[in-house]
Amino acid sequence: MSAFKDAGHLFRFAGLFVLAFIIFLVVRGYVVPKSFGQYGHYRGNAITEIAARPVKFAGHETCETCHSDVLDVKSKGKHAHVNCEACHGALARHADDPSAVTPAKPDTAVLCARCHTASAAKPKGFPQVDPADHSNGVPCETCHQPHSPAITDAGGAK
Amino acid sequence: MNLSRRHFLVLAPAAAIAWKAVLAGTPDQAPNYTMSEHWWGMLIDIPKCIGCGNCVRACATENDVPEGYFRTWVERYHVEDEDMTNPEVISPDGGKEGFPVAKEDAGKYFFVPKMCNHCADSPCTQVCPVGATFVTPDGAVLVDQKYCLGCAYCVQACPYGCRYIHPEKKVADKCTLCYHRITKGLTTACCENCPTGARQLVDLKNPKDPIHEFLKTHSVQVLKPQMATGAKAYYNGLDGSVR
Repeated sequence: MSAFKDAGHLFRFAGLFVLAFIIFLVVRGYVVPKSFGQYGHYRGNAITEIAARPVKFAGHETCETCHSDVLDVKSKGKHAHVNCEACHGALARHADDPSAVTPAKPDTAVLCARCHTASAAKPKGFPQVDPADHSNGVPCETCHQPHSPAITDAGGAK
Repeated sequence: MNLSRRHFLVLAPAAAIAWKAVLAGTPDQAPNYTMSEHWWGMLIDIPKCIGCGNCVRACATENDVPEGYFRTWVERYHVEDEDMTNPEVISPDGGKEGFPVAKEDAGKYFFVPKMCNHCADSPCTQVCPVGATFVTPDGAVLVDQKYCLGCAYCVQACPYGCRYIHPEKKVADKCTLCYHRITKGLTTACCENCPTGARQLVDLKNPKDPIHEFLKTHSVQVLKPQMATGAKAYYNGLDGSVR
């Protein structure tokens, strides 16, 4: 033990380091969230928090549970794969409580033109018209039923 | 109990470590959703895109994207016959309200919807100094906005320009692949609202997902493959001029 005879000050110094390390561990235990490192170098609970954000577009399956009449018409027409909210807008609140929000009827003159205005940039097979030339301002729904837009009776357009 | 200082100094760190292990409980899990069963990606079918901007508007609505910022946007390319390296690219307001009418003239036109590629080896998550952005076990690149400092290192690191600093929250913001929707069994807002099916959410871990057949039978590319980011936004019919 003679080697440590006059080393008391060194032990006290080492003790301070050990104490500082303990304080570091305790403080870290408090400030680092419990889920940090659960899946990697990030807070695991952040995933749950992001997953809990509210949904605004209900999804077409939800619409179809009530509006099966529209689905019957739409599924036979050219717009079978255009989902409800693509035209009617985000309606999760309507799906949650149908009486709380009444969806506004879209203006077909604006709505249809978004997709069907003729442009050389669009894929060649996609049906497109020059709205001014095609209908001269008459709303599209006068001739075309938006849920099934093909005109079948002889009097209409092609 | 007579505890010597030396014994105390040995026992205390051990006790602190044990106590920390007790503190680390198990965090809550989302019900009916197991992350390890999914590996999400996106299929973007260029020949189907008509540039209507529905995806951009839907994304802004679903995710409260601030005006002038985009989690997804659509670019229109115009490539002249002999000038593949200098395409004319426009994206007015991210294509949110569609595009000006293009007159028929030389060259070819096509639309390229862009979004976060949810890279498997993403450069943006690697540079975060505080562990605020990460790839989830189901393959979505997300931002923990409570941890983000807003240093914008990730904004610089993303080779696709898919991140921005939120003007009010002052933290990094980006496409979450509608993580709040896909974990509830819905598709993303952009896919839900695409009228032509040009965008499709794909689950690469689901053997029944049509993506597997699609990848086998089509020439599919990712953006900037030379950067080895492990991008999971698969483009069908992508032109060589797209940057």
